[in-house]
Amino acid sequence: MNQIFTVTSLMNIAAFGLIIIGLLAIFTQRNIFKLIIGLNLADVGVNIFLVNAGYIDGGTAPIFTDGIRSAQIMTDPVPQALVLTAIVIGFGITALALGLTIRLFEKYHTLDVKEMRGLKW
Amino acid sequence: MRHVVGIVLIAAFIFYVLSLVSGLFIGPDPEAVGPVGRQVLEQSTREAGAVNTVTSVVVFYRGFDTLGEVTVLFLSALGIAVFFRAGGESANRAGTSGPAGNTEECGAPGFILRTGARILYPFFFLFGIYIIVHGHLSPGGGFPGGVIIATGFFVAILTGDRFHLPEGLLTVLEGFAGLSFIGLGLAGLFSPAGSFLANILPLGSFGTIFSAGILPLLYAVVGVKVAAELSGAVGRIYLDPEPVEEQ
Repeated sequence: MNQIFTVTSLMNIAAFGLIIIGLLAIFTQRNIFKLIIGLNLADVGVNIFLVNAGYIDGGTAPIFTDGIRSAQIMTDPVPQALVLTAIVIGFGITALALGLTIRLFEKYHTLDVKEMRGLKW
Repeated sequence: MRHVVGIVLIAAFIFYVLSLVSGLFIGPDPEAVGPVGRQVLEQSTREAGAVNTVTSVVVFYRGFDTLGEVTVLFLSALGIAVFFRAGGESANRAGTSGPAGNTEECGAPGFILRTGARILYPFFFLFGIYIIVHGHLSPGGGFPGGVIIATGFFVAILTGDRFHLPEGLLTVLEGFAGLSFIGLGLAGLFSPAGSFLANILPLGSFGTIFSAGILPLLYAVVGVKVAAELSGAVGRIYLDPEPVEEQ
């Protein structure tokens, strides 16, 4: 580790930055669509972080094509399979949230969270 | 309050970057994968017989988990169906959304979109089926392939042509796919291996399309289910729920 930023640490910074941007959007925005976008950004950040956890320096995709028979230089397949699950779950959450948003707009005729009566706490 | 949250989050990010620079928490990059991953890489070609190790993990080693994952997707599709079917407000919405309403508010879909969609429509299905069928050989599989097929439906809806989603067929396909997944799993219970989702078919020759036992079958079933659920969800949001009620 003679250089300061390796590939892994750079990707970690990108992932963490996406999570921070998403959390900022969730905490500071009032438009429901921007909240959902923030949720998605944080989701993508977590996914990058997980995939990155299984990365090894100079590794290839864990697929045994004809040229590559050696399992030594392959990246870890387990986090990638986990992220496959996480992406699908994230999609489900987003679809449900957008459907709920359409219903909320019909009821309150606004997308501002602060103006929706009954959601105050 | 908002500024405090922002300052705290940005400070956490700066602290994280600084800790990476100085190597405070995180050591050097790992030279090899972890114990679980190494074992999967060494044994999956023998046990699961799939070229794509990620597919081996998703469908073979964690097949039961994938059943739960498909169930989550089914629940979100069910939630959307509940939002857009129940309640009397769907009749009010019919005038403001859907293809007919969109032409007044946003303008009619352009010539390029309509012509391009007409040309590309079969290729969405072809490519989606290709991705699903080759899930154990190349990157892809049931989930991305199903999304690609649903994208074909989505583009057809966007063009604004009067498009009838075959909802009855989609429901039947979805239920049939879910039952097939469980049936394939139950068949494993009566095999010599005697476990849920055990491999009951011969592994075949490594790297061909008829290999890896029941993995391609399971992934095809997942692909059909994902495609049917997503097409149904997208269609229920964008199409008029009850066009008849307004007249």
